[in-house]
Amino acid sequence: MKAKIIITPKKAVLDPQGKTVQNALEHMGYRGIGAVHVGKYLEIEVSGDQETVRKQIDEACHRFLSNPVIEDYKFELE
Amino acid sequence: MNFAVLQFPASNCDQDAVHALRHVLGQSARFVWHKETSLGNADAVIVPGGFSYGDYLRTGAIARFSPVMAAVQEFAAKGGPVLGICNGFQILCEAGLLPGALIRNRSLQFRCEHVFLKTVTKNSPFTGTIPDGKLLRIPIAHGEGCYFADAETIARLKANDQILWRYVSATGELTDDANPNGSLDNIAGVCNERRNVGGLMPHPERACEALLGSADGRLIFESLVRALESKSLAKAA
Repeated sequence: MKAKIIITPKKAVLDPQGKTVQNALEHMGYRGIGAVHVGKYLEIEVSGDQETVRKQIDEACHRFLSNPVIEDYKFELE
Repeated sequence: MNFAVLQFPASNCDQDAVHALRHVLGQSARFVWHKETSLGNADAVIVPGGFSYGDYLRTGAIARFSPVMAAVQEFAAKGGPVLGICNGFQILCEAGLLPGALIRNRSLQFRCEHVFLKTVTKNSPFTGTIPDGKLLRIPIAHGEGCYFADAETIARLKANDQILWRYVSATGELTDDANPNGSLDNIAGVCNERRNVGGLMPHPERACEALLGSADGRLIFESLVRALESKSLAKAA
């Protein structure tokens, strides 16, 4: 199966990349643009039973793939 | 004193650190490859700058799981002094040995220039003998040096006197212009609660000789050597 992981900067963290993209979008004339957050997307191919995989991926996200000081993560298995 | 200078794939300030320690400070220093599991007879550990593992995923995120880092964790837990410089600071934060994290510079630009640092506390092995009121002129070279920690952690750092250096103007003022990367509270370096692990973004090893434009970085290494000497004297007594 595949784990699809999305990592985003925490709301309280300065996100100069997001701010720059937001400015560019506004500059290009797109209307109604609000805050932009630039994060990361990872796809991990993994085998095993669903529950074990879920536990493993969650642990890996917490320990390594994201930094809980500055980032939030969420993932789905498919 | 014996210094261990760690080497990860893509460390690039390891040679400068060993040069400064050996040839400027007259200390014994050796390289320790990241796959080693022992620090030997080290009295202190330097985690040098660079772009370990290509800065993949996050700066320092992969290096912190290198085999040698288990030995560093153990060394630090016994009270041994560990100093992280630039990427070394990022690695120590990722490893949980120091609070907070270093994120992308506010300007999104890689900044490579001299900055001025104000030493906030002399109560650490890295700052103990820096003269009062002395501003340190030291170069920075980083794209991810913006120090971040949540409000609660910042309050704790202040309450415990864990902020070691702040970016200031040439006249010593704490201004936004003097902050090269957007660090909270102009923080350039911090230590842990036990005060034996420290980290900073600027490069003291690149500022140890007048020929390099500044010898102020030497004051940080001299503090560390003095702290180690007084520790070993106390042990012998």
